[in-house]
Amino acid sequence: MDEPTTPQAVARISAEDVAKVAALARLRLGPGELDRFTHQLADILAHAEDIEALDLADVEPMAHPVRLRNVFRSDEPAPPLDRDTVLGQAPSAEDGMFCVPPVLGEAP
Amino acid sequence: MSPARALPEASLGTAIDTAAAVRSGDRSAIDVIEERLARIAADEEQVHAFNLLSADAARDRARAIDEAVAAGDDPGPLAGVPVAIKDNLCTRGVATTCSSRILAGWEPPYDATVVTRLRQAGAVMIGKTNLDEFAMGSSTEHSATGPTRNPHDLARVPGGSSGGSAAAVAAGFAPIALGSDTGGSIRQPAALCGVVGVKPTYGLVSRLGLVAFGSSLDQVGPFATTVADAAVVCEVIGGHDPGDSTSLPQPFPSVVEHLDDGVDGLRVGLVTEMLGEGIADDVGARVRAAAEALAAAGATVEEVSVPAVTYGLSAYYLVAPAEASSNLARYDGVRYGVRVDAPTAGEMMEATRTAGFGDEVKRRIMLGTYALSAGYYDAFYGQALKVRTLIRADFDAAYERFDVLLSPTSPTTAFAFGDKTADPLQMYLNDVCTIPTNLAGHPAASVPFGIGEDGLPIGVQVMAPALGEIVMFRVAAVLEGAA
Repeated sequence: MDEPTTPQAVARISAEDVAKVAALARLRLGPGELDRFTHQLADILAHAEDIEALDLADVEPMAHPVRLRNVFRSDEPAPPLDRDTVLGQAPSAEDGMFCVPPVLGEAP
Repeated sequence: MSPARALPEASLGTAIDTAAAVRSGDRSAIDVIEERLARIAADEEQVHAFNLLSADAARDRARAIDEAVAAGDDPGPLAGVPVAIKDNLCTRGVATTCSSRILAGWEPPYDATVVTRLRQAGAVMIGKTNLDEFAMGSSTEHSATGPTRNPHDLARVPGGSSGGSAAAVAAGFAPIALGSDTGGSIRQPAALCGVVGVKPTYGLVSRLGLVAFGSSLDQVGPFATTVADAAVVCEVIGGHDPGDSTSLPQPFPSVVEHLDDGVDGLRVGLVTEMLGEGIADDVGARVRAAAEALAAAGATVEEVSVPAVTYGLSAYYLVAPAEASSNLARYDGVRYGVRVDAPTAGEMMEATRTAGFGDEVKRRIMLGTYALSAGYYDAFYGQALKVRTLIRADFDAAYERFDVLLSPTSPTTAFAFGDKTADPLQMYLNDVCTIPTNLAGHPAASVPFGIGEDGLPIGVQVMAPALGEIVMFRVAAVLEGAA
């Protein structure tokens, strides 16, 4: 992805951009899908040009409707979820652990 | 299959009346359940409101309630009342799919807090309802289990994403249901199915056990056939939950007690931006008729401009996908749900997510990933968060002059299957009137108020400032009486 230079440049999304975000999101797209999703995402981003055009330099962002602060519970032990019940929902589990295919030796 | 179908709901009674009859011993809970199960047996094949029916568990539970009543115990304010639960709310040991292939067969190890509270109040879960996959959609067409049909016209969508819950109540399968509302997913299907739907103030209802979509927007709320039933459910499910760190430290406002207070002297604002372009003429006419009904009941009504709401759609479709792309990263084939095997962990995750998610979910994950990526964060996500501040500020200014705001819930009545699935932006435009309240964290309700030119239900939206539920319900109750 190239660095955006103008708001107009930001609004466009290329098939290469879509292929890259799909890879980042661990999704695989077929050739027809890539084309279709690129057009649809471009339409949605074109609609967002109305807010890109706003000068909001002095406006505070609002990430959440509630003032978030850390919430501590009282430091008292409570029964956790049953381990076997939780592992029983996993596609693969063994000896009290989740199992996954090999992770070492993969390309980064 | 006849397309149009009359609503038979009234004959089966409200939640309040049902609970009163069960508590007094006038009627058994098992009889109540059997009556609803018979209605489901007759019509569910056509409607497809449910992903899962829990008929046997409901019967067992109803018998236990009848035994409690016989023993002189009070099972609670919703004693014996059947309730349908949206299938993105966790139910211990009962499959919870979010209408996604990726969660097929998953049985949560715990109940959502709202499910626990309904049970403690005596309600009986009758099944899990269909939705757009992970609550992403406005028609319930994006479901791995197939679409739900609108009970008022089986050729039309019920709205979404909580379309199964709305249709279940409209079809008389249950007097009440729970949904979740991230950008209108309770109110819009309520409007299209001709029932009452309420999205409470953000933080008033626990999100523990609600499968996360847009965590700063999601809120659980009720569907019902009457405003009073919706009020009772809100009081049962609402209030502080130590298990949700965004839960407000207070009980749900006492809405039931004030339902009959009327609207005399209240100031009602008609939102100019939600009555113009894009709103069908018959829908706009019903909203103006609702305003006249409130004026006749003693309220003062004026038009008010809330300019920033016109940017709501753009801001929402950056903020919600951004949060979704993060929340849905957890579906990786490791801890729950489905796995597609592959030689390495990375390939397994990609194969699992590619096969497990539907197109709309993929679209939003990619959109959110893009909006959050380096070089685009400030232009898209950051800008959307600032628009959120503008929207709340414009609402705050309006609420200095008005107690509630009025608008359509949905720009049109229920549309036909396939009308909007090819063009996601057209589908998103359904949410234009409901999205701003989610961005602000405010409460809003949809109340049925007549029918459109096509004979299908129209909903009027009542919006209120944060924690303004009492005044919102007073207005909703008056509208219900005038509809």
